[in-house]
Amino acid sequence: MTLSTIWVLAEPANGSFTTTSLELLTHARSLATNVAAITWGEGGQLGALAGEYGASTLYDVGDLAGALPGVPVAAAIEALSASGAPDALLIPTSYDGRDVAGRLSARLDRPVLTNVTGITDDDGLVTEHPVFGGSLNVKARFTGPGPGIVVVRAKSFVAEPSGGAVATVVAAPAGDTGATGSAVISTSHVEERTGPKLEEATVVVSGGRGLGEASAYAMIEEVAKLLNGAAGASRAIVDAGWVPYSHQVGQTGKTVKPLVYLACGISGATQHMVGMKGSKNIVAINKDADAPIFQIADLGIVGDVHKVLPALIDALKARS
Amino acid sequence: MNIVVCVKQIPDPAAPQSFDASNNLNRSGKLILDEADTYGVEMALQLVDKAGGGEVTVVSMGSGTDVAGLRNALAMGATKAVIVSDDALRGSDALSTAKVLAAVIARASFDLVLAATESSDGYTGTTPVQLAELLGLPSITFAKAVSIDGSTLNVSRQTEAGYDEVTAPLPALVTVTAGVVEPRYASFKGIMAAKSKPLEVLSVSDLSLDGQVGAAGARETIVAVEAAETRQAGEKYVDEGDGAQKVVAFLESIKVL
Ligand SMILES: Cc1cc2nc3c(=O)[nH]c(=O)nc-3n(C[C@H](O)[C@H](O)[C@H](O)COP(=O)(O)OP(=O)(O)OC[C@H]3O[C@@H](n4cnc5c(N)ncnc54)[C@H](O)[C@@H]3O)c2cc1C
Ligand SMILES: Nc1ncnc2c1ncn2[C@@H]1O[C@H](COP(=O)(O)O)[C@@H](O)[C@H]1O
Repeated sequence: MTLSTIWVLAEPANGSFTTTSLELLTHARSLATNVAAITWGEGGQLGALAGEYGASTLYDVGDLAGALPGVPVAAAIEALSASGAPDALLIPTSYDGRDVAGRLSARLDRPVLTNVTGITDDDGLVTEHPVFGGSLNVKARFTGPGPGIVVVRAKSFVAEPSGGAVATVVAAPAGDTGATGSAVISTSHVEERTGPKLEEATVVVSGGRGLGEASAYAMIEEVAKLLNGAAGASRAIVDAGWVPYSHQVGQTGKTVKPLVYLACGISGATQHMVGMKGSKNIVAINKDADAPIFQIADLGIVGDVHKVLPALIDALKARS
Repeated sequence: MNIVVCVKQIPDPAAPQSFDASNNLNRSGKLILDEADTYGVEMALQLVDKAGGGEVTVVSMGSGTDVAGLRNALAMGATKAVIVSDDALRGSDALSTAKVLAAVIARASFDLVLAATESSDGYTGTTPVQLAELLGLPSITFAKAVSIDGSTLNVSRQTEAGYDEVTAPLPALVTVTAGVVEPRYASFKGIMAAKSKPLEVLSVSDLSLDGQVGAAGARETIVAVEAAETRQAGEKYVDEGDGAQKVVAFLESIKVL
């Protein structure tokens, strides 16, 4: 190990840290001797969880009073860095994670490497980035003084507890952020979803523009339900307003790695494939025999979703 | 209401992509307006309209000399365009890009800066937030709806669970998601009008940023480009009424059923 210290942004969510945060803590342990986590809000209560995943210190920015996290959390990290910066900062690819990374980069005048799916140590950090729809892997490294800021995609590593002792919680206030910190959340809306979460389901059934119309998405939801899976979508039908954004799989959506992914009426654009290529098995139903999705499908059905899906629903119902 | 929209000109995404000798994305050919930025242009036009008037300025930077993408934004209805076009910008990273955009935007008077959540070819998604920090502005990213009430900005911001209503005082920066508005097509009249709209071309030294941007300002380097593990295509059947059965059999074989 050539790195001594790595800090990980540990995003609080529903009484825990997000799964990607835990994945980054796990991987950070294999790269550096000292791992610290940085959190805010309810995350400040999670010293035990941070310790369990390998952090010895949990820096707590505290209550943000409704402010979007980007600015105050970056300000707190900048203040902490002034008295000893880490070799690198690992940040989950998420709405708030990207905000923190951008703000911090400009504040510290340090570069950011984004869309990272692998990190190794070869006399300094080497990052991996899939490009051109995952057909090529680019490897990059920082050349200037640290800390390098690395924004990592979900599911790049597997989260595993280390059984470490409770992390020491250290207050890390943001201080005054002036005009930049004036974006405030007034209300939060939660879209109800039933069944397993998209990122955690063992079966994901996704629909695309080939469904033809919004009402046909009900077939996707029904197949997902019959297989005890989650329903996903391509961006085309999210942009069209057929389904909420939280269903989107791909570069700007969720990364999924289920046991099986069923792509129905999805062409297989590079930006979609980046989010589902890691699935153990892929089944595609598409009426165009030349659709790119077939190039990565273990089972391809050249057919009409309006014929195959109703028949599949009947067959699955007959079994249950 | 004066709005600045950051727009990126990119190689046609439908054309095959490649790297040049120094591992930068090959941008030597014709450049088009990134579709991701057409939403920002449309949003700006609508907000200025609602406010009862004002200017929409599109701002861009890049190493190429093509301005077709900017003309497209002008044809949609933007008032004027500024581009920093300089070979010295080749190899700029996101932070350098933000520094150049900040230097240009700081010269203008504006109430709001718009950008896309991420570009189609670079997709770092960090440039706009870096820009907001350099300009000393609050920012709200991932907007799915934007409205302005006097000097207050209201944004519905996408979240993991749904969305948040977020407010900020103007001036501010917002990044818009695809689908936030329906971008208009440039009309024939708009295309003709665009030809005589102001389009200012600046160099890196006009902004006194020599040596800080482009490959000279980047503090990261590509060390390798490797072919990724490829997945093999499996079996493919044409559905003859038995497609669903094939899927069931496959699900059985992997013990999902
Ligand atoms: C910066 C950027 C980020 C992006 N991020 C994402 C992302 O995160 N996720 C994502 O999905 N996309 C993303 N995209 C968009 C992506 O490029 C594609 O436009 C999108 O994935 C296409 O969705 P689709 O496959 O549903 O639609 P289409 O490409 O239109 O494909 C529809 C398919 O349905 C088939 N079809 C039609 N009728 C039938 C029928 N009756 N039965 C069976 N098949 C039928 C057609 O043959 C076709 O293959 C991004 C794009 C950009 C530029
Ligand atoms: N070279 C550029 N010129 C103008 N705007 C840019 C440029 N690069 C990035 N942007 C803006 O920032 C957004 C995000 O870009 P990126 O950080 O590359 O994902 C883009 O969609 C644009 O709105």
